[in-house]
Amino acid sequence: MIGVDAGRGGRAQGAPLPRAFFLTPRGSLWGDRIFQGVVYAAVGLFALVMTGIVLALVVESMPAIRRFGLSFVTGQEWDPVKEAFGALPFIYGTLLSSLVGMFIAVPLGIGAAIYLAELAPFWARAPIGFLIELLAAVPSVVYGLWGIFVLAPFLRSWVEPLLGGTLGFLPLFQGPPYGVGMLAAGIILSIMTVPFIATVSREVLLAVPNTQREAALALGATRWETTWIAVLRYGRSGLVGAVLLGLGRALGETMAVTMVIGNRPEISASLFAPGYTMASVLANEFTEATSDVYLSALVYVGLLLLVVTVMVNAAARLLVWTVGGSVKGIRE
Amino acid sequence: MKQSMATVLRTIGLVLAVSWLGVAALPAAGLAQTLMNGAGATFPYPLYSKWFDEYTKVDPSVRFNYQSIGSGGGIRQISERTVDFGATDGPMTDEQLKKAPAELLHIPTVLGAVVATYNLPGNPALHFSGEVLADIFLGKITNWDDGRIKSLNPGVSLPNAPIVLVHRSDGSGTTYIWVDYLSKISKEWEEKVGRGTSVKWPAGLGGKGNEGVAGQIKNTQGALGYVELAYAITNKLPVASIKNAAGKFIEPTIASTTAAAAGAASNMPADFRVSLTNAPGDAAYPVASFTWLLVYKDQSDETKGKLLTKFLWWAIHDGQRYPQDLLYAPLPAPVVKQVEAKVKQITFNGKPLVAAR
Repeated sequence: MIGVDAGRGGRAQGAPLPRAFFLTPRGSLWGDRIFQGVVYAAVGLFALVMTGIVLALVVESMPAIRRFGLSFVTGQEWDPVKEAFGALPFIYGTLLSSLVGMFIAVPLGIGAAIYLAELAPFWARAPIGFLIELLAAVPSVVYGLWGIFVLAPFLRSWVEPLLGGTLGFLPLFQGPPYGVGMLAAGIILSIMTVPFIATVSREVLLAVPNTQREAALALGATRWETTWIAVLRYGRSGLVGAVLLGLGRALGETMAVTMVIGNRPEISASLFAPGYTMASVLANEFTEATSDVYLSALVYVGLLLLVVTVMVNAAARLLVWTVGGSVKGIRE
Repeated sequence: MKQSMATVLRTIGLVLAVSWLGVAALPAAGLAQTLMNGAGATFPYPLYSKWFDEYTKVDPSVRFNYQSIGSGGGIRQISERTVDFGATDGPMTDEQLKKAPAELLHIPTVLGAVVATYNLPGNPALHFSGEVLADIFLGKITNWDDGRIKSLNPGVSLPNAPIVLVHRSDGSGTTYIWVDYLSKISKEWEEKVGRGTSVKWPAGLGGKGNEGVAGQIKNTQGALGYVELAYAITNKLPVASIKNAAGKFIEPTIASTTAAAAGAASNMPADFRVSLTNAPGDAAYPVASFTWLLVYKDQSDETKGKLLTKFLWWAIHDGQRYPQDLLYAPLPAPVVKQVEAKVKQITFNGKPLVAAR
């Protein structure tokens, strides 16, 4: 106490009442104003940057928008030589590869988070958590190289023949096994997004108050029931946030995907077939695009990527709101 | 309190201002060097950085800053005059030249070649003709034991396996040279696919960069693709001999690449915008190309123009001993003579910058 008083600029010991201290104007509203200014500036700058990006994308893609209009979104032809451009195969590839990635990464990531937060012995939590976080620190080009030299040959000689042999009646698993293709891209994406989903989910689960667990256990719930009813449901919105973070990464991932997806602008139902994503075509063709329309078409793809990302995120949030409402109804 | 805060702010402002001034003043305090800015092709970048480094030893008054942003970027930047010289792996089109604010010259610097590489059991030495390559890349020949491949390779046991085609996915001068060759050989390729740094491939997988293509070929039995000669030599990839215009099967080497330019020298167009694919000459490897620097014929800055022409002169003479170590093919002597004449045409305000030697 004495130390605190001394810290306030050497007032006489015990003299000021704390209440009076906070009520008297001290002429240092400057601090507040500066703080306010800094925070406003931060928000304003962010909004400005975002507006700038959107504006630049729209302006630069104007020649392509004028020439192709909305048929750009539905067109399947991508021929830089004849300047015929349609982005549907790229949109399809971005969505499908992210979907495959999420299909694998969400159960894995949330499962790992449940283990770390609920089941793992205390001494194991930190090292395992650290290992998962380490996955996020690996540069994406390293994932890509690993994808070409390890994952793709493994898929081609083992996984794809096996899937084709057993589940080959599904259109998803038909066609020659190349190794590289949509499946490889999805798997790479799942490995890259798991650390985001697992780490954030773990924090969410750790933040669930223990009274939730104790109440469920006291009612005779098993460990599984406790986790499912008391913990996961409580942390639902946080978990969705974790998945969205992973999804955002998957939609925009460029380098690793480009190296394993096969880069073929074609829509195929099979996961074995090569595909192409919006981010990949930008990375691949931007540097050598010489004609104005070509360049503008690539920027248009960038604009579409932004639109698709926003739409996917909005759809996911909408889903959570509707699902959240119904669950509440059941509970009541 | 108010006053002290104001003082603090003033002090901070003063410190910032002084440090900025200091930073701004730094380069001015350095040597009186002229900075030449260039941008463009990635393919010759290793050679150009070697040249720029060596040339500063010859003439310490100049410093180069080259950004390897790709040929497309090089053409755009020189056309907007944001750089002093551009670089490209594919010649500018007539339309692009018309759009440029003034006359641009193409100065060939070295040659590169593109090779067909593959992965077969034992990797036997293979022979291809342009027609067969075009039909393979069109997706018309799909199996290694196709009769047309067999008849070019008597005595080689070819497996009954599908050909897995691999091409570059990134826009690249390497692709341009490859499809330019296929376009010259095959009418069907020219009509269906055509020439470009990126094209609509009728078949195959795309790999990013030489390493992406080579990586997929190494890992896939029955794969066939194309990479730069330099990349194939350093990584000891199996390469195919290709039938040239004279009907001879030529193995891709630095010497046979230079021979392609020598073969074309007698018929060289004045602006050097020439494709060397399928060039005449018994020893010429058919999938070769120049890479060019782009400079304005009439320079807008006398000092820079003088330095640039001096550098170009050096590059096509003394500079030509460096390409070989870096696995580029040097210009043949008759072409050097022709380029000399072109460098002499560079002017400032209409007067030549290189004295007639």
